[in-house]
Amino acid sequence: MTLLRLIVREFVGLFVDDEKLALSILAVVGACWLLVHAIHGSAFSTGLLLVLGCVGVLIASVLQGARR
Amino acid sequence: MISWATAAPAISAAFLASLVEVVEAFTIVLAVATVQGWRPALAGTAAGLGVLGLLVLALGPVIDRVPLQGLQLVIGVLLLLFGLRWLRKAILRAAGIIALHDEDRAFASETASLAEAARLDATRRDWIAGLAAFKAVVLEGVEVVFIVIAVGAGRGLLWPAAFGAVAACALVLVIGLAVHKPLSRVPENTLKFGVGVMLSAFGVYWTGEGLGVAWPGHDLAILVLAAMFLAIGLSLVPLARRPQKIEPQEMAR
Repeated sequence: MTLLRLIVREFVGLFVDDEKLALSILAVVGACWLLVHAIHGSAFSTGLLLVLGCVGVLIASVLQGARR
Repeated sequence: MISWATAAPAISAAFLASLVEVVEAFTIVLAVATVQGWRPALAGTAAGLGVLGLLVLALGPVIDRVPLQGLQLVIGVLLLLFGLRWLRKAILRAAGIIALHDEDRAFASETASLAEAARLDATRRDWIAGLAAFKAVVLEGVEVVFIVIAVGAGRGLLWPAAFGAVAACALVLVIGLAVHKPLSRVPENTLKFGVGVMLSAFGVYWTGEGLGVAWPGHDLAILVLAAMFLAIGLSLVPLARRPQKIEPQEMAR
């Protein structure tokens, strides 16, 4: 049971290390999803939002990590 | 027929990512073999590989049943979480903010904890050593399985991705058995930087595909996205580096 818990914890840890980074990525994807399904935005604007959002999240997370 | 331009990014991403994971697992298995002998090390490794085989057999048919667009979106998001996390850590390590992973230290720590267990009776010692090897193979192996599925499942590239992972295992095994010590000279952070770049590029691409984005240049967009993440990652290293403190005496000079 402990081993199973360890494997599950390790698997979750693959994706979530810094909670803020993970939540920001999900927020970017969520915004893209809303753009497609609620506002019916173009595929180009969705792609642009996705790329710029991910780049922005990475830059903010690295600079914040450096300041900590 | 899969073109080389389509398969190459999947093979290289799976190969490099698996290389990092297999080196970590190999360090623990070697530590077990050094302290307790090859029998428990190989038994733990074989049991771990068996569990991973069952996992692949269980996941394979499930993947085939999931609609492609949904699969691309889920895998894309997981790759983004995984890839950006690796890239962030690799940038911070390259900038000297967090410590580099040290295989020699991992080896020393594992042998020390196994030596501690050596005071127990022989059967229990074998069990503990075998379990350590089993845990390392399963934990690192789960990551390899995920990487292969994530990189390969979106476009029928499971076989090329699996080939990349198997090639990484074979390479580590051949070099590891030849040198018979932890592979501490592997430039782990450089590899993680490269893998973070590629997985982030794959993540953006698959997430976009899952959301209905038509990428210009189709699969070639992955290479453009990778070049972009590489350029951003490299330019973030000096920005993240903390300025060295200047001593008052040095300032007076």
